[in-house]
Amino acid sequence: MSQEVAILGVGMHPWGKWGKNFVEYGVAAAREALADAGVPWQDIRFVSGAATIRCGYPGYVAGATMAQALGWQGAEVNTSYAACASGSQALAAARAKILSGACDVALVVGADTTPKGFLAPAGGYRPEDPDWVRFYLGITNPTYFGLYARRRMDVYGDTLEDFAAVKVKNAAIGSKNPRARYKKCFTAEDVAASAMVADPLRLMDICATSDGGAAVIISSLEYARKMGKGDAPRVAAISTVTPTFASEVVEMPDIATDSAAAAGVDAASYRAAIPLKAYEEAGIGPEDISLAEVYDLSTALELDWIEDLQLAQRGEAAHLLRRGDTSVGGKIPVNASGGLASFGEAVPAQALSQICELTWQLRGQAGERQVEGARVGITANQGLFGHGSSVIIKK
Amino acid sequence: MSVKPLVPAIEGWHTMDTAQPHLIGTRCCDCGTYFFPKQSSFCKNPSCEGSEFEEVELSRTGTVWSYTNACYKPPTPFVAPDPFVPYAIAAVQLEHEQMVVLGQVVAGVDCADLKVGMPMELVLETLHEDEENTKVTWKWKPSA
Ligand SMILES: [Zn+2]
Repeated sequence: MSQEVAILGVGMHPWGKWGKNFVEYGVAAAREALADAGVPWQDIRFVSGAATIRCGYPGYVAGATMAQALGWQGAEVNTSYAACASGSQALAAARAKILSGACDVALVVGADTTPKGFLAPAGGYRPEDPDWVRFYLGITNPTYFGLYARRRMDVYGDTLEDFAAVKVKNAAIGSKNPRARYKKCFTAEDVAASAMVADPLRLMDICATSDGGAAVIISSLEYARKMGKGDAPRVAAISTVTPTFASEVVEMPDIATDSAAAAGVDAASYRAAIPLKAYEEAGIGPEDISLAEVYDLSTALELDWIEDLQLAQRGEAAHLLRRGDTSVGGKIPVNASGGLASFGEAVPAQALSQICELTWQLRGQAGERQVEGARVGITANQGLFGHGSSVIIKK
Repeated sequence: MSVKPLVPAIEGWHTMDTAQPHLIGTRCCDCGTYFFPKQSSFCKNPSCEGSEFEEVELSRTGTVWSYTNACYKPPTPFVAPDPFVPYAIAAVQLEHEQMVVLGQVVAGVDCADLKVGMPMELVLETLHEDEENTKVTWKWKPSA
């Protein structure tokens, strides 16, 4: 039995700081995806929502919130929370429902309205909470991105110019994406002139937070064929693995890594383990990938991901970048959407937005961003507390 | 100028020996895995079901895994001096425990002074002051 499901439709509300209720973005994205699929809302039998913890109770039950907003019609609902991987877990829940035969066609949707500034922890004096402790000691989210970036410079010889080149590349292609929040092109000089935040990363090396919404309609292959959409892009793999003990990379929000004194260091870092399972599940390798959408929370992190996806040898991602291989028109375009650099992070919608971009690319509908001959795409992201995901979409 | 007593910003995470301070962790009595912050009820090694732990002082020296700095004032609960003074942060690898521990770097040392692999030692330094006390925490300092 095939483990694949078809992607019939995708939709996105543009990213920005619109200040509206997150439900509005979710409904707009869902309606666009339904129209794109040609599936009436009444036919959706499962609504799988990616939760947001920033928008109160309706955010905790996002699946039901979206189903009610679209008009209760008796479908089953689910809500998944997995930090940055929430959208992928919601997708996995819908895929499981379809592959088990319990339903034919499902809506997966995520949307968020984000606050301004640093993401800060809850108040009080709470030394038992590692997230509280690290903020008390002066360790913020950019600290971790700065540590990873500095290590690349000292160990692999990456330069500030390399990091700036990632921003310049993503801003240039993002300027051609009507759904991106930032559409301005930048030069390396612009990046170098922006304020230092966490050495070696400057303001323009680090992604912002945004409002946004994304939705995907998936179905069984049989349902797709009956609709005359047997050639729709397919979900070939979804990986949502946890880390393995002990990882040598210190992860947000931890103040220390696990000790490997007894267990030894796991050979694969967590980031590298996430796509590994996706490759295994899809039965394809990095050499088959036409393009990748990765979680560039910082410019340097995009280079880490390229190596974690095995699109370059460890330490050599900057070589690909310098040759133009990771630009649209290059050998292996990375973040043809413009990435988080052009969107800003809208947590529950972000993993789904990566899937939307791959779907448009595989259908040849990406306009000026089109990667010629795109056949297989992979996504990757990682969030707090051992959540991460990688999804492979193929023609 | 009155001298306020030194108290730990977070109780029980390090010794108060100002000359040779140590972080205080625990060690699983079954498998020998170290934990910092302290773990005292269940072992997180997937091949161990240990539930007994001994309190141990961790190595007070290690090498730089990586480093960065904070150029902007973090949000509360961080207590910032006014005006805010940027500080460096290091992730330091402890060889014996095979773990990496984050911490601020002592005042006066910035990123230009640091390098991956550089030897570091643990010291105590002020995190912030309140009405009665000077709150100290562990920081990393390049070894002489
Ligand atoms: Zn143990």
